[in-house]
Amino acid sequence: MLEATVRARLESLIKSHKVMLFMKGTKQFPACGFSNAVVQILGKEGVSFETFNILADPEVRQGLKEFSSWPTFPQLYVDGKFVGGCDIVTELHQSGELSKELAVAK
Amino acid sequence: MTSTEVIRTRLLSAFPGASVDVTDLTGTKDHFQAVVVAREFDGKSRVDQHKMVYAALGDLMNGAIHALALTTRRPEADGA
Repeated sequence: MLEATVRARLESLIKSHKVMLFMKGTKQFPACGFSNAVVQILGKEGVSFETFNILADPEVRQGLKEFSSWPTFPQLYVDGKFVGGCDIVTELHQSGELSKELAVAK
Repeated sequence: MTSTEVIRTRLLSAFPGASVDVTDLTGTKDHFQAVVVAREFDGKSRVDQHKMVYAALGDLMNGAIHALALTTRRPEADGA
């Protein structure tokens, strides 16, 4: 079970930006191909987004896995809602659905 | 580390009758690709479909599998 303080911190981080990407590494220096792929897609979508490097924060890294019942990174959140990992974001981008999801952030 | 056979067996026991295709992407038994086509995904969102696969793989996701490129579909989705 997630501690209340950890849960509150995660909720606050997720809502700290309309488009929030939790990834391995940073926007400038992605440390994983899957994370990099999502950074590139968000760049193509032309949306403003913020990233959080989970490699630098074990509490967030472990906590988010439980919080969203999702065992891997990257994890993309739009308007506080979990959208998916690399595979789903890629599918949504290719089908055009991602643009609609991101419309709230433009 | 694990193997494509172990992953395939876990997925088939969770989704009997599904079409399951597992590839070792790097030859190092820790980076995999899986394509799962299962009736159980009917009416589920993409996120829920992936969660079902992660649940089926259980503890394998906590270390044995470093990366999993995942595609999930319903059997008739292609013709829709």
